[in-house]
Amino acid sequence: MSLLKEPDYGTPAREGAATVEVTIDGVAVTVPPGTSVMRAAKQAGLDIPKLCATDSLEAFGSCRLCVVEIDGARGTPASCTTPVAPGMVVRTQTEKLGKLRRGVMELYISDHPLDCLTCSANGDCELQDMAGVTGLREVRYGSGVDAGANHMDLLKDTSNPYFDFDASKCIACSRCVRACDEVQGTIALTIEGRGFDSKVAAGAGVPFMESDCVSCGACVQACPTATLQEKSVVELGMPTRSVITTCAYCGVGCSFKAELRGDELVRMVPYKDGGANEGHSCVKGRFAFGYANHPDRVMKPMLRESIADEWREVSWEEAIGFTARRLREIQAEHGAGSIGAITSSRTTNEEVYAVQKMVRAVFGNNNVDTCARVCHSPTGYGLKQTFGTSAGTQDFKSVGKADVILLIGANPTDAHPVFASRMKRRLRQGAKLIVVDPRRIDLVRTPHIEAAHHLSLRPGTNVAVLNAMAHVIVTEGLVDRGFVEERCEEVAEWEAFVARPEHSPDAVAEITGVPAEELRAAARLYAGAGNGAIYYGLGVTEHSQGSTTVMAMANLAMATGNIGREGVGVNPLRGQNNVQGSCDMGSFPHELPGYRHVGDDDVRGIYEQLWGTPILAEPGLRIPNMFDSAIDGSFRALFVQGEDIAQSDPNTQHVHAALAALDLLVVQDLFVNETAKFAHVLLPGTSFLEKDGTFINAERRINRVRPVMAPQTGKQEWEIVCEIAQAMGYPMHYDSAAQIMDEIALTTPTFAGVSFAQLDRVGSVQWPCNDAAPDGTPIMHMNGFVRGKGRFMETVYVPTTERSTRKYPLILTTGRILTQYNVGAQTRRTANVAWHPEDLLELHPHDAEVRGVNDGDMVVLSSRVGRTTLRAVLSERMPVGVCYTTFHHPVTGANVVTTENSDWATNCPEYKVTAVQVAVAPEQAAVREALHAHPVVAGE
Amino acid sequence: MDGSSPHVRLANDVAVHLAHLGPDAAARAVADHLRAFWDPRMRAALLAHLAAGGDGLDPVALRAAELLDPAAVP
Repeated sequence: MSLLKEPDYGTPAREGAATVEVTIDGVAVTVPPGTSVMRAAKQAGLDIPKLCATDSLEAFGSCRLCVVEIDGARGTPASCTTPVAPGMVVRTQTEKLGKLRRGVMELYISDHPLDCLTCSANGDCELQDMAGVTGLREVRYGSGVDAGANHMDLLKDTSNPYFDFDASKCIACSRCVRACDEVQGTIALTIEGRGFDSKVAAGAGVPFMESDCVSCGACVQACPTATLQEKSVVELGMPTRSVITTCAYCGVGCSFKAELRGDELVRMVPYKDGGANEGHSCVKGRFAFGYANHPDRVMKPMLRESIADEWREVSWEEAIGFTARRLREIQAEHGAGSIGAITSSRTTNEEVYAVQKMVRAVFGNNNVDTCARVCHSPTGYGLKQTFGTSAGTQDFKSVGKADVILLIGANPTDAHPVFASRMKRRLRQGAKLIVVDPRRIDLVRTPHIEAAHHLSLRPGTNVAVLNAMAHVIVTEGLVDRGFVEERCEEVAEWEAFVARPEHSPDAVAEITGVPAEELRAAARLYAGAGNGAIYYGLGVTEHSQGSTTVMAMANLAMATGNIGREGVGVNPLRGQNNVQGSCDMGSFPHELPGYRHVGDDDVRGIYEQLWGTPILAEPGLRIPNMFDSAIDGSFRALFVQGEDIAQSDPNTQHVHAALAALDLLVVQDLFVNETAKFAHVLLPGTSFLEKDGTFINAERRINRVRPVMAPQTGKQEWEIVCEIAQAMGYPMHYDSAAQIMDEIALTTPTFAGVSFAQLDRVGSVQWPCNDAAPDGTPIMHMNGFVRGKGRFMETVYVPTTERSTRKYPLILTTGRILTQYNVGAQTRRTANVAWHPEDLLELHPHDAEVRGVNDGDMVVLSSRVGRTTLRAVLSERMPVGVCYTTFHHPVTGANVVTTENSDWATNCPEYKVTAVQVAVAPEQAAVREALHAHPVVAGE
Repeated sequence: MDGSSPHVRLANDVAVHLAHLGPDAAARAVADHLRAFWDPRMRAALLAHLAAGGDGLDPVALRAAELLDPAAVP
């Protein structure tokens, strides 16, 4: 399509029925109460001039361009700040108004560089547009430097790698400041000075890169001039066409307009109609797309007989033929179950579906698993046991109706920033926050937000804390009797279980480290909320009791009746863009698409009939089982789709040993990643800018991923999978990704109403989408649970076997940081490295002091399975005895120290609890000793 | 890490978390879990370990292994 310019209604929409009728320039329009005259006019098809107003921000009323005349009202009120009233008659274009507007424009233009023809915003500048629509023909005061005092000499701030701040073009409309406050919620920008000296400043007048700015792009988006401008636009010029697509980073699944010149991507602009993000973005989705054209990308298939050999580029035919032949040879020698595949949560549903079909229909086994194994597999188990299906219960918008938010083991301002902005908006409106996390994450105390309770528990004690909260709720009579009696089962057994004295806050305080009174207060707050909503992340799932914790959260939500309406629910914040989808598509070794067990004859029959081949009724190997079986010799070949298991999976030495033991490792990826170092075949993949398909985000929203450009390798990834299947003797063919979705819809009841045509028509839809819910299902379990009655589960707290010892006295937890993503394969190949060039170990100052560690020292981090070296930063947000690092950089390889421990039900690794020791690195110690022996004297 | 083979360690993990059900019910639940989620070769390995004496197996896991039908495991 040509460049898409979305309509701007000037002020935000108001909720409620359209009951207020007004007449604007003779046009009658009916809008909800509270709607501004400006917005009502736009809905009537009438544009009122404006500069300081935009519909993502509340009205400000500073530019005075939007003045109107209202019958019976004095003066010329600003239409942005004036709400409609019944029977109001408004005129937006009169001689008087025209004169006023031109007067305002004259003042603006008198202090603006008139370099429009060479300005980077030429053609996309609202100041330029307003000069046109107001009929400005002269500026009585002169313009630019001729007008006297001006701001033309202000320096340009180019410190941010993605956008410039040119203060000389600023009209002081405050849109950037308000966007940072209202949309992003970081409150990093301000207007500094008074009157003529007023100017936008990042923090206390420091460059953007030194400020609290998180580079979400909201200010750039809001700026009506070239003051805040993407560097890519400065360098390349204005884009000329748009493609609506979906971000390939986290599980929020933001919609973007990819804006291009020809085939060259100029910028990614968040799409206002995107259901997940509604026009907002973060630094990754907005700016960090450069990896797609990074020189490291592999563009041609590569092959080698042995991992000791050099890679050689080969044709697609040779690569696919070799892969198919070796897979069949290995099966002939070692059995049908000796091969398998791992699907990726970064690829599309259609690509994932093709891989699991290849495994089941062509490999003839169920040895397919997905990287969700190592993140949210406990969500699948826990929510299926309690609610009946593996999915979050709400849409993201629901958080706007929450009264109390219980945030457990998640750090959304870093890992799910666009959802975090929604959450922060609700918290600023007065909702209460309970944070359950060992670390003092940013949301515990950040501008205009302070958690009511921070339960800084010991890592690995989530279940004990949640059981104690349940104990308070049950023993203090806070259970929603009507809800549990009507909607749930096994209530009495569960209540008796949690009411036991050993679950009281006092009894568990020593285990959890959470003061009993603090826990009691948190439980009462959650139970007493009108709407209590639970949001959680990998700090819940990546434990040896991950599945139990998920069930414990479901118990809490059911007990308090916080299920089945807006503002409540149990909501997993998924790590990668298509975690939900990859699980939905049948990637687990025990489930066909739609979470239906392979042992179910009827379900298997659907696929056997369609695919024309029998499907094994027994579950296959999970990822950790694949590694173990590779080492014991029963598993010999693996196809890995878009995952870097050698870096992301725990106990790196064990993973490397397993990969090295394979007879054949086929990697489909953009880059020669750590896993590819053990591979025999490398099949080049496609970036999200080339894919045609769908992603499903954490709210079950099925979003289209549209190709912005043709596949740079010549093939879509699902085509490659089909060709391997064909080369192995199975007729697997699709004409398009849309055909694959049609097959998914045909065979999966929760997707029965989904097609590319439907998605192109409605934008996105949340499953279940079928005859019973043709428009999808934003909120689940409204009139009953998927499994019928919600099932309370007894959630016994079983401590992890991983405990701090004399040798390894600290507990390490791992996680993510805002500017990097997962193993960093994408973000390390962008300018995001400016913020996070290396993994850091956060350590409490006390733990550092007793080890002689100074801030910035290189330290050795060791556990019972391995050791690595990285830089330490001292941080009081860590509790004493707990340290933290990220796993974004292979040079650090944080998973060298994580262990084989896993969730009891799903084998999701216990990344969040590793007993470790920290010591000053020998090289650091040597430097220090040298300095001690020969101190550097000033002036030397 | 207890140094035991993966199938013993994993079976014990399941058993410990279901032990609250009581010996018989827990053993049945563990066996059901292994049937639902374990590849047959892992169940076969567990049965082989059981046949060799079941060293290191949690009592609930051991009882669960006994409940697995050897005929259903290749």
